[in-house]
Amino acid sequence: MSVYPEYMQESIQRVEETRPARMGTNFPRLPLAEQEELLRRYHPDYKPEGKRPLRVGASYGELVPHEVADLLEAYPLLDPEKIELSEVDYDVDVLVIGGGGAGTVAALWANEAGIPAERILIVTKLRHGDSNSIMAQGGIQAADKPHDSPAIHFLDVMGGGHFTNDPKLVRALVMDAPFIIKWHEELGVMYDKEPDGTMITIHGGGTSKKRMHSCKDYTGLEIMRVLRDEARNRGIPVLEFHPAVELLTDEFGQVAGAVVWNLETEEYKIVRAKATVLATGGWGRLHIQGFPTTNHYGATADGLVLAYRVGAKLRDLDAVQYHPTGAAFPEQIVGLLITEKVRGLGAQPVNARGELFVHPLEPRDVESAAFIRECLPPEKGGRGLGVVTPTGMVGVWLDTPMVDMIHGKGTFQRALSSIYRMYIRFGIDPTKEPILVYPTLHYQNGGVVIDEHGWTGIPGLYAAGEVEGGVHGKNRLMGNSLLDYNVFGRRAGLAAAGWAKKARLGRLTLRHVEKFVEELRRAGIPAARRSPILLPDYRGEKTLARVVDLL
Amino acid sequence: MDEVEVKAQPKTGMVTVYIMGQAYRVPAGLTILKALEYAGFRLVRGVGCRGGFCGACATVYRLPGDYRLYADLACQTTVKDGMYLAMLPSTPAERRPYDIRKAKPRGETLLALYPELARCVACNTCTKSCPQKLEVMEAVQAALRGDVAKVAELTFDCLSCGLCTMRCPAEIPHYHVWQLARRLYGAYLAPKAEHLARRVEEIAAGKFDGELDRLVRLGKEELRELYKAREIEPE
Repeated sequence: MSVYPEYMQESIQRVEETRPARMGTNFPRLPLAEQEELLRRYHPDYKPEGKRPLRVGASYGELVPHEVADLLEAYPLLDPEKIELSEVDYDVDVLVIGGGGAGTVAALWANEAGIPAERILIVTKLRHGDSNSIMAQGGIQAADKPHDSPAIHFLDVMGGGHFTNDPKLVRALVMDAPFIIKWHEELGVMYDKEPDGTMITIHGGGTSKKRMHSCKDYTGLEIMRVLRDEARNRGIPVLEFHPAVELLTDEFGQVAGAVVWNLETEEYKIVRAKATVLATGGWGRLHIQGFPTTNHYGATADGLVLAYRVGAKLRDLDAVQYHPTGAAFPEQIVGLLITEKVRGLGAQPVNARGELFVHPLEPRDVESAAFIRECLPPEKGGRGLGVVTPTGMVGVWLDTPMVDMIHGKGTFQRALSSIYRMYIRFGIDPTKEPILVYPTLHYQNGGVVIDEHGWTGIPGLYAAGEVEGGVHGKNRLMGNSLLDYNVFGRRAGLAAAGWAKKARLGRLTLRHVEKFVEELRRAGIPAARRSPILLPDYRGEKTLARVVDLL
Repeated sequence: MDEVEVKAQPKTGMVTVYIMGQAYRVPAGLTILKALEYAGFRLVRGVGCRGGFCGACATVYRLPGDYRLYADLACQTTVKDGMYLAMLPSTPAERRPYDIRKAKPRGETLLALYPELARCVACNTCTKSCPQKLEVMEAVQAALRGDVAKVAELTFDCLSCGLCTMRCPAEIPHYHVWQLARRLYGAYLAPKAEHLARRVEEIAAGKFDGELDRLVRLGKEELRELYKAREIEPE
């Protein structure tokens, strides 16, 4: 018996009726001008009321979402005058803040560059590996097939980002990509391959060549656990449940480590480090504009806050990535990621009438905007052809049974085992019935400004992974985040090691925080506002799926 | 079809769950994870990705009138009325370091590092406790036979939640063995991608440098034209 209520089953019938005619055909890709029009009218980023200019700091005047401005324009959790800096708890060469993909890669390459494991320290908010990196499903891009090239990959990335990316960073991204995949292969990552060793690669949204490498639909998990295992083999120390709450500087203005907070014993510790790599990930748990999110529990933009207080510049934070296909039904999994690979394998998005209304693999922002247009009621400029769930969510169908019809029975379960498992748990067989999807908050496109070595421009401070900006401009393509954290994690780790070998630290201070507080006071920022928030608070009624009035 | 009416219906009834022995009333239909939060717990342990990938929320529970001890992920399991539950904050299990560059992709490597594998009594408790429904005991048997490739295949979807390890009477730290087997498979037994090695060599030799240097210097309009002219590989 179907768990879909009767009225949803009626809509599913229409999806089934139109399916034979849709098979083997597709909606045409939109020309650039039409893409831009769709974005302007329907993408949440283009709502001016969702953002405001920053009133303090190095990126004064930059537009960012209110939820982010509230954190950047906020007072520290700890009173800088009450922290004892003379007693150093950990004294290391390289401190890595964040134990996800970027941080682990940075630590491994700092070690590779000659920093002994015991002179490196990873501090992380939850457990080592708890991160968005581990949740990535679909894949990682690299132009390693003979008919593809780094130059074509470069164009795809730039076009996907609407030509707002930093081209030097994109160059690094695409040129390092094959090396990274080869490194993974040597470490033992189980990529999907043909019997002769050829990588199985498919399209992702916005790619012109099939260069999406995957490990079933556990790509992120597989890469992350291998990297973590390697870090453990090398004996790189990790402090779990120890998020950083503030960076430290020395009297010369160099970044010199961090104040970390033990979430369980509620003590702070002082970590002195010659070089610091910020690898704290993104902002999904801020629920920008009320959207549900695919992100892990700790994705609260702490790194942006810490970097901003020490004077780092931020970019492209006005651009929020909404993944087109978050689960919209059933209630238990609302917002969770349905990988783009489902569309890559042929599943089409269709409306309540079973009509195909967009090419399945437009760049993510365009695809999301098309879904929103389909769901918005006509009085709000939309087409009103979404399906409303019993709890008030809305979505369009993703016609998942097409995957097995195109590629043969068993393909879905084999290639998309995590998605299959999740839906089966909640009573839906995605090989028999379509699934309902709606855009979900997925990725922080922008972040801390870096150069191609991951350097932030502040002596001693490097950044890698989702916390940094410029690589993807205002819109990231699928498969470039896993690549980003590997490429820039490695580059930041190497650069941090190089810096640590020659850096001389002076006396530890929190002078930069005191200065920032003075600026907040002058700008009249309300005194009650504190950051970083470290963890979201879902207690009580808040835990009832974040039903929001998306329409 | 009257969506407004559907929408206005009360969402769900309430159920009673016993969280570490204490009763709480929570809405039916919540996952165990959200039920804990609804009950007022602010989680630090026992929560990670919230989406069934990280294995942080291993939970054990019993149901009224049922002697069995169930094991599952709190973020992927709906509460049931009368459920008694407790989360595992972590799994104590020793991991034995090795050097992937020197390790041999053979069963002996697994047994040398984890000799307790041989203590398996084939009780199948590991398989029954796996939230991913993996054939865990089959993987133990494959390890004992020295079939590293089979171990890697059977355990690919393992989330290292530790539930099998906590219940195993032979005290095997399964997920550490699986990680070792998968890396041995990926590094040594899986066929190498020759096209990948060639491309890495080409890049190292500077084959694409000139083209990329030129692209980096192009203005937005020139890039747009090149972008529009890309040839899309058929699906």
